[in-house]
Amino acid sequence: MTQINVRVDGVTYSDDVEPRTLLVHYLREQLGKVGTVIGCDTSNCGACTVHLDGAAVKSCTVLAVQADGVEVTTIEGLAPQGSLHPVQKAFHEMHGLQCGYCTPGMIMASVDLLKENPDPSETEVREGIEGNLCRCTGYQNIVRAVQQAAGEMRGSGNGHVSPAEVDTAAAPHVAAQQ
Amino acid sequence: MIPAAFEYARPTTVDEALQAIADGGDDVKVLAGGQSLIPVMRLRLAAPETVVDLARVAELRGVRDDGDAIVIGAMTTHHDVMIDPLVQQYAPLIAEATETVADRQVRARGTFGGALVHADPAGDLPAVALALDAEFVIAGLQGRRTVPAAEFFVDYLTTAVEEGELLVEIRIPKLAGEWGMRYEKFNRVAQAWSIVAVAAVVRRENGRIAEARIGLTNMGSTPLRATAVEAALAGAPASPETIAAAARSAAEGTSPSSDLNAQADYREHLAQVLTRRAVTAAAGL
Ligand SMILES: Cc1cc2nc3c(=O)[nH]c(=O)nc-3n(C[C@H](O)[C@H](O)[C@H](O)COP(=O)(O)OP(=O)(O)OC[C@H]3O[C@@H](n4cnc5c(N)ncnc54)[C@H](O)[C@@H]3O)c2cc1C
Ligand code: FES
Ligand code: FES
Repeated sequence: MTQINVRVDGVTYSDDVEPRTLLVHYLREQLGKVGTVIGCDTSNCGACTVHLDGAAVKSCTVLAVQADGVEVTTIEGLAPQGSLHPVQKAFHEMHGLQCGYCTPGMIMASVDLLKENPDPSETEVREGIEGNLCRCTGYQNIVRAVQQAAGEMRGSGNGHVSPAEVDTAAAPHVAAQQ
Repeated sequence: MIPAAFEYARPTTVDEALQAIADGGDDVKVLAGGQSLIPVMRLRLAAPETVVDLARVAELRGVRDDGDAIVIGAMTTHHDVMIDPLVQQYAPLIAEATETVADRQVRARGTFGGALVHADPAGDLPAVALALDAEFVIAGLQGRRTVPAAEFFVDYLTTAVEEGELLVEIRIPKLAGEWGMRYEKFNRVAQAWSIVAVAAVVRRENGRIAEARIGLTNMGSTPLRATAVEAALAGAPASPETIAAAARSAAEGTSPSSDLNAQADYREHLAQVLTRRAVTAAAGL
């Protein structure tokens, strides 16, 4: 066992961990921070993204002992209790999710991207969150959500983009039955 | 999956790290950014007895000016390499290639030295180091030695760094004269490794290509120099026709593999196309 001192979402913890414990398992199982999820075994999906001293990392590819002395922020600590971070709010408003499994990681990666580039183009958003995979949305509304949040965070308020046009008309064979 | 249990050492100097490796038993692994090692340990393809974490060895981080070279500490992260002013001034090729490595999360932790010692044939930085004639400073308990890039990459996932040794820093010679550089990478999806990539470094003089150095990624078990193209370009006029003709020999002397991503003959074709593009851009055309 190795002792670690970490600050997670503003609270300081001092814990003994096995060196082989992955940070994501420490967060979920020892601290109960289940907002951060695990989506793969190959460091590809980004669902487990958290911030270490402000930088987005894949917490399944960091050992808990490597977080010793570091400030960790998870999706649960992004905004004060009861409120939403502008990026969380934009994902909600722009339908930037369907099943929601990729969402915590998407949001944490996007917050990191916007810190570096407050006004990203569509391509810059896509490249900026390339480390996060979504199986549901097709990414369109995720990109819109990030741009919407960027506008709000820049304070201009005119970063508004409309949600994707969705053709809700019934398919022909259904329409025929009506 | 979770890695198998191991002993964990966290030294703060290179000397302490070398001692920890010596004391660590039969199977010791050095941990840099962990972006290749941790996935491999999670899949239990590696189960070291001891892991020596270099994170606290401050002397291994950062980029410095050393007169005729810039020196990149092995533990400098991909992110820090990309934004470093010395790298951007003297070796923009490294910044350009590093930007194509993985994604922001992996670049925040993965290191320049780790990527070079890992020596994955599809890794982007080995071919770049080869094209820039980098020198590798390796430390052992007996002292330090410097290995040129041409001798550093020995085989698939194997370098000149022996058991018990550490890669300490990488020296990138400053180039004199008018040089242009370009990294051309071909892959299909986001955060994917190179199917083939080409690093070109070209010196122009009076409308001619005085010297060209071309590194190939994923055209064999180690990064390779496209020596036939380099010879054809030396002293040739800097024109699209000459470059296109020279690039046709880019696959000479290579032995690319066939895998899920591409057949060997397709990789040979890609090497030619990407060499033409990279040299053309590096020559400023
Ligand atoms: C999803 C994903 C996508 C990726 N895509 C790419 C890509 O497109 N292109 C690319 O080039 N790379 C890619 N990588 C790999 C990435 O560049 C890694 O950062 C790199 O391969 C390893 O660097 P590291 O610092 O994380 O090393 P580690 O994983 O810590 O170590 C790797 C190996 O090198 C040894 N080692 C490390 N440092 C030293 C040292 N100083 N002295 C002696 N031995 C040492 C370790 O013992 C280990 O065997 C990807 C990784 C992931 C997870
Ligand atoms: S769980 Fe998929 S990258 Fe971490
Ligand atoms: S919303 Fe389901 S994976 Fe992205």
